[in-house]
Amino acid sequence: MTDTLALDADDRRLIMATQGGLPLVPRPYHALAEQLGMAAEEVMARLQRLLDTGVIRRIGAVPNHYAIGYTANGMSVWDVPDERIDALGEKVGRLPFVTHCYHRPRALPLWPYNLFAMVHGKSREEVEVQVHQIAALLGTDCRAHDVLYSSRILKKTGLRIGN
Amino acid sequence: MDELDRCIINALQGGFPICDEPYREAAEQLGISEASLLERIERMLAEKTLTRFGPMFQVERMGGAFVLAALAVPEADYERVAGEVNALPEVAHNYRRGHALNMWFVLATETPAGIAAAVDRIERATGLTVYAFPKLKEYFVEMKLAA
Repeated sequence: MTDTLALDADDRRLIMATQGGLPLVPRPYHALAEQLGMAAEEVMARLQRLLDTGVIRRIGAVPNHYAIGYTANGMSVWDVPDERIDALGEKVGRLPFVTHCYHRPRALPLWPYNLFAMVHGKSREEVEVQVHQIAALLGTDCRAHDVLYSSRILKKTGLRIGN
Repeated sequence: MDELDRCIINALQGGFPICDEPYREAAEQLGISEASLLERIERMLAEKTLTRFGPMFQVERMGGAFVLAALAVPEADYERVAGEVNALPEVAHNYRRGHALNMWFVLATETPAGIAAAVDRIERATGLTVYAFPKLKEYFVEMKLAA
């Protein structure tokens, strides 16, 4: 389980003020400070702390991956031995085209897979080559696998915290 | 999107500085002016090349919960079920995928208890079993792709 960090009311106000993006002005942290009634130093110190503790994964540009050419995305799923999954998951996660890699529970008999690796490519063919690379990396530890392509986005909204 | 846009995206998918004038600092490293960087970010947001410019948060570290779940939806009933699922504010993303489990969505709630409540509501609204796939371990998450 992931540790959670105690966030105070000012952290939450800062998160709510920045989850849509940073102000596009030369001094964005000062602009936030003014909006929130805090000192700019306080805004910067809090953001740094949220970054250091992993509440913020990173700060920067979030590209729309379809717009930058990654039109094929496949959820590759693998049945690997539970006792080996951590070592295998770390290896698969280090491949450059894998953006997310998780150990998740099986749901037998419908779903025998316990390792999930999301792969992105500029074509279906590219994704298929990437899936072969994962299969080669797993070798005989792979007992079964599948790739689920998304054929339609039914809903996509950002994750937001409320009031 | 031109070459400079690509450079900006690739250089700034993380590591944006926390300092008085971060756009100026980032622009200097790219060898462009602050005004030019701001203008390009603004344009890429307007064109939807960028979905956002700012911090990316990890929901679980804020005390919230985030669970991948799936349904096996009969084809004839697909649109109705999609409507029921999408109507829940807890559903952040929802994709149709090719498998017997043909609807995959992410539930994001402020507390772990909210997940169970959302699963229950979906099961009652759709009459289908929700397969929940909570992450047991995260090996890697880095939504960085070269532009």
